[in-house]
Amino acid sequence: MTMKVAVVRFPGSNCDDDSLQSAARAGCKAYYVWHRDTDLHGADVVILPGGFSYGDYLRSGAIARFSPVMQSVLEFAKQGGPVLGICNGFQILCEAGMLPGALMRNGRLSFVSRPVGLKVERTETAFTSRYARGDLLRMPVAHGEGRFTADAGTLERIEGDGLVVVRYVGLDGGPLPETINGSVNEIAGISNAAGNVVGLMPHPDRASDPALGNTDGLGFFTSVLDWAAAKR
Amino acid sequence: MTIAHPFPGERPVTAEVVKEHNLNELEYQRIVAMLERTPTLTELGIFSALWSEHCSYKHSKPILKTFPTQGPQVLQGPGENAGVLGLPDGWAVAFKIESHNHPSAVEPYQGAATGVGGILRDVFTMGARPVAVLNSLRFGPLDSARNRYLFGGVVKGVGDYGNCVGIPTLGGEVTFAPGYSGNPLVNAMCVGLLRAEDLTLAQAHGVGNLLLTMGSSTGRDGIHGASFASEDLSEKSEARRPQVQVGDPFTEKLLLEATLELIERRLVVGIQDMGAAGLTSSSAEMAARGGVGVELDMDKVPTREAGMTPYEIMLSESQERMLIVAEPHRVEEIVAVCRKWELDAAVVGHVTDDGMFRIKAGGVTVAEIPGQRLVDDVPIYYPDAQESEKVVALRKAPAPAHKAAIEKDLVALLDNPSIASKRWVFEQYDSTVQANTLIGPGGDAGVLKVPGTDFGIAVTVDCNSRLLALDPYEGGKATVAEAARNIACTGALPLGITDCLNFGNPERPEVFFQFREACRGIADACRAFNTPVTGGNVSLYNESPTGAVDPTPTVGMVGLLEKLACRTPSHFAQSGDKVLLTGPTADRRLGGSAYWALVLEFVGGEQPTVDLDQELRLQKFLVAGAKAGLFRSAHDCASGGLLVAAAEAAIGGPYAVHGLGASLDLAALGGSDDAALLFSEGHGRVVLSVAPGNEAAVAALAKEHGVPVATIGTVGAVDGELAVKTAGGAYRWPVPALRTTYFNAIPRRMSHVAEDRAAV
Repeated sequence: MTMKVAVVRFPGSNCDDDSLQSAARAGCKAYYVWHRDTDLHGADVVILPGGFSYGDYLRSGAIARFSPVMQSVLEFAKQGGPVLGICNGFQILCEAGMLPGALMRNGRLSFVSRPVGLKVERTETAFTSRYARGDLLRMPVAHGEGRFTADAGTLERIEGDGLVVVRYVGLDGGPLPETINGSVNEIAGISNAAGNVVGLMPHPDRASDPALGNTDGLGFFTSVLDWAAAKR
Repeated sequence: MTIAHPFPGERPVTAEVVKEHNLNELEYQRIVAMLERTPTLTELGIFSALWSEHCSYKHSKPILKTFPTQGPQVLQGPGENAGVLGLPDGWAVAFKIESHNHPSAVEPYQGAATGVGGILRDVFTMGARPVAVLNSLRFGPLDSARNRYLFGGVVKGVGDYGNCVGIPTLGGEVTFAPGYSGNPLVNAMCVGLLRAEDLTLAQAHGVGNLLLTMGSSTGRDGIHGASFASEDLSEKSEARRPQVQVGDPFTEKLLLEATLELIERRLVVGIQDMGAAGLTSSSAEMAARGGVGVELDMDKVPTREAGMTPYEIMLSESQERMLIVAEPHRVEEIVAVCRKWELDAAVVGHVTDDGMFRIKAGGVTVAEIPGQRLVDDVPIYYPDAQESEKVVALRKAPAPAHKAAIEKDLVALLDNPSIASKRWVFEQYDSTVQANTLIGPGGDAGVLKVPGTDFGIAVTVDCNSRLLALDPYEGGKATVAEAARNIACTGALPLGITDCLNFGNPERPEVFFQFREACRGIADACRAFNTPVTGGNVSLYNESPTGAVDPTPTVGMVGLLEKLACRTPSHFAQSGDKVLLTGPTADRRLGGSAYWALVLEFVGGEQPTVDLDQELRLQKFLVAGAKAGLFRSAHDCASGGLLVAAAEAAIGGPYAVHGLGASLDLAALGGSDDAALLFSEGHGRVVLSVAPGNEAAVAALAKEHGVPVATIGTVGAVDGELAVKTAGGAYRWPVPALRTTYFNAIPRRMSHVAEDRAAV
C-alpha cells in the first residue's frame, strides 16, 4: 500500500514543494494540507516544511503553533504518527512543545546558507532507520534562527537518552572548523523519546534529487516506509 | 473637454510647485498645451512621475532603440515588465534587472529589500515563478565605516527579503571602488520560469472591464520615489529617508502565490505590479499598451490612513501591490483567490472607450489627461556627447613605474575585496531553496535545473566598470563578452541579456558620451553573439558631491544548459589533470587591469580589446566540449588575469575542504614582462582542466572551432603548491595560505560592523 504523506502548507511555507517532491521520490503519495484545515486526510506521515510560516516577524514558528492544522498534527503525533519538521518545521515543533529545546537567532546573528556535514547518531526513529549510526551526510542549511538551545536539565535528558538524531561535523566528517550557528553541542536535529517526531535544521529535502548530484537526504523520506510497515 | 477640478485643500499650481516636481519649462508648456489649461496638482504629480527619467527614458530612448531585440528565441522583448525567452519543451524564462540605487544610499536595508521585492513582482506578473535572484552591488572601499554600514545593510536587506519569499540567490558580483563612495549601486535581477502558454502581458483591454488593486493598502510611503531616483544625490538626500519604502516579504510571498494562481486559472485580462510611481504608472502604462482609457475612483482605493489626497494615493509607492484588469464576472473568483492568500482586493476603476486617463475623488474629476499622450508625449532629449579630456589623457598616460613582486602582488589581489571570495555575502542568501540548484554562487555562473526536465539554465550578472571608465565602447563589449564567457564556462549556450544602465547625469556631455558609447559596445557584442536585449532599466543621475559613478552598465545574462549532466564547474577537481589555456595570449596590455588599479593604484592606460568573433568561437567550443564531457573544470580569466584565474581554480569552491596545487609552465608563451603575462586581462581566455586522456580530443575540438589552446601545466596535490614558471622567472605559493587570504579578506574587514553601526 502506498504511504500517504501530508505536507502542511502555511501561507509563508517556501520549501513545501521541496518536501512534496522528496516524498514523491521516495515512492509516497504526497499532498498538501492547508494551514486552516484540521483534516489530515488519512495521512500516514506529516511533514512540516521550511519557510516563514506566517512571516515569522515575532519568532520563528511562534504563531504557526496556534494554527488549526497544528491541533490535528499534535493529536496525530500523540497517536504515534510520524511527524518530520524541517527548518521552520523544526522551529514549529519546538514552539508547540512536541520536541524539547528551542531555536534561537544564529550565533553570528546573520542568516547562514551553506552545505554542512552531519553525523547520524540516532537511527531508531521514523525518519532515520535507513541510515547507520555514524553515517556522514552532506546537505544544505539555510536559516537565521537555528541555534539549538535547551536548559541544563533538558539538555542532559536529550543527550542522556540519545535523542540527538544528527549533529554538525565538518564536510569531510572531521571536526567543525567553525560552528555553523552556535547550537549547543552542535546539535542539528533531535527526536522525541518514541522516535516518531523528528526535527532538524538542515534540509534533507534539498538533497534527494539524483539530478543535483546528492541524495544524502533521501533516507529521511524512505525510512518512514519501514516505520509504517513495522507499525502496521 | 471637462475641466478637472482641484481637490479641496490642494495647493495651487505655481511656477515654484512646477519646479519642485522636476519639470522644466519646455515640459510644463507641453503639458499645458496638451490639456489646454493649467494642470491640477494631481495631474502635475502624475506628469512628474511618468515624465521622470526613471519612468520615461527621455534621455535614453533613442539610444536604447539601437539595441538588437529580435531573435527566434525572443517571446517578449523590451516594453513589458520583463523579457521572455523560449526554452525547450514549451518552457520559457522571464528575466529582468533593475536598480534601487538611491533608496539604498540613504536606507541600505529597506532600499535593497524593496529592490528585490520590485524585481520579483516584475517577473511573476508575467506569469513566471521566480526561480533565481542575482545582484550586482557597488560600494566605496571598505576602509570607511560608512561604506561598511552600507555594504552590510544592503546584503542583509537583499538576503532577508529573498530568503523569506523563498527564491534562491544564484550569483552576483560585488565591487568596491572610490567612485561609488557617495552613490552605491544596488542592482537586482530576477529570473522566472513559465510555460510559454501562460505568458501574461500588462495590458488593459475590453471597455467596461474592471480595475482592481490587490495586496497591501496604500500609504504615504515612497511618494515621489521615481522622481527621487531621477536626481543627483546630495547632502539633502538624507532627508529623503522617509520616502524610502518599507518591504514586507511575507505579503510578497502571498502576492506571488495569488498572482500565479489568478494567471493559471485565466481569471485576469492583464496584471502589473505597482512599482515606481505606483498606481499612476501601472494604470497609465496598462491603458496605453492596450490603447484604451481608464477611470479610477480614489474613494475606492484601500488606504492605510484616512484623509489621503488623490495626489498622495496616485503617487504612493507602498510596496507589495498589484493592479489587475478583469472582466466583471470574474471579480468574485478573484476576490476568493485573494482571500485564500489573506490579501485584500478592491475594484477601483474601469476601462473606458474615450482614451482618457481620468481620476475621480469625492465625486469630482481631479485629473483628466489624454492617456496615450500622457505616456508617449514626453519630450525626448538628445543630449550633447563629448568625451572627457581627462579620460583621453588617462588612456594615454604612461605605465606606472613599478618593480613587480609577483608573489606578493598575487596575494594582494586575492586579499582585495573586489577579487576575494564573496562567501561572506552569499552565505547570507539562501541559495538552495526550491531544490533545483546545480551550481550556486562562487562559480562562473549559477546553474539551476528546470523542474521535471533534463535541462537547466545558467545565469550571471557582470560589469567591469574600470574598463568602461577608460573606454566605454570597448568596456561595453567586454561586459557582454565576460557574461557570455561565464555562461559558456558552465557548458550553457548564451541566449539573451537584460541590462541595468547605471550612469551619472546625462545632461553632462562627458556622461552622455559614456552612456552612448557603452550602449554601442553592448549592442555590437549582443549582435555578434545572437544574445538580444530583452529589457532592463536605466538609472541615471548616479552622482554625489564627489562626482558621477563610474559607468556601470550591468549585464544580466541567461543561457541554456541542454543536459544537466554536462555542467562544468569552475574549480580544479582532480590531481594529475592537465591544465589548458584557451584563447589568444598576445595582447598583454595592462590598462584598466585590476593589477594596476588595486596593487599600483593607477587607473589608466590602454586596455586589451575584445575580438567578438574570437569570443563567439570560444563560447561554441566551451559548449561543445562540455556536451562531449571533455572538461573537468572551466574558469574564465577576468579581473586579475591569468594568474588570479589559475589561483581561484586551485583554491577550490567556497566550501571545498581542500584546495589543489598546480604547476604551470608558461615559458613557451614568451615575453620578458611577467606582470603583463600574468596579470593582463586579455579577453577570450579560459583556464580548463581536463583528464589526461582527453587532452588530444580537446585540442582537436579547439582546432575545429578556431580557438587557440595550449597545455600549460598539471593539477597538483591536495593542498599543494601553486607553482608558475615563466621565460624569466619562477614563483610559488602554498595553496592553503592563498585560501586563507582569499576567504578571509571580506570577513576580516567586516568584523567590526557592530561598532560601525554605533559610529554612523
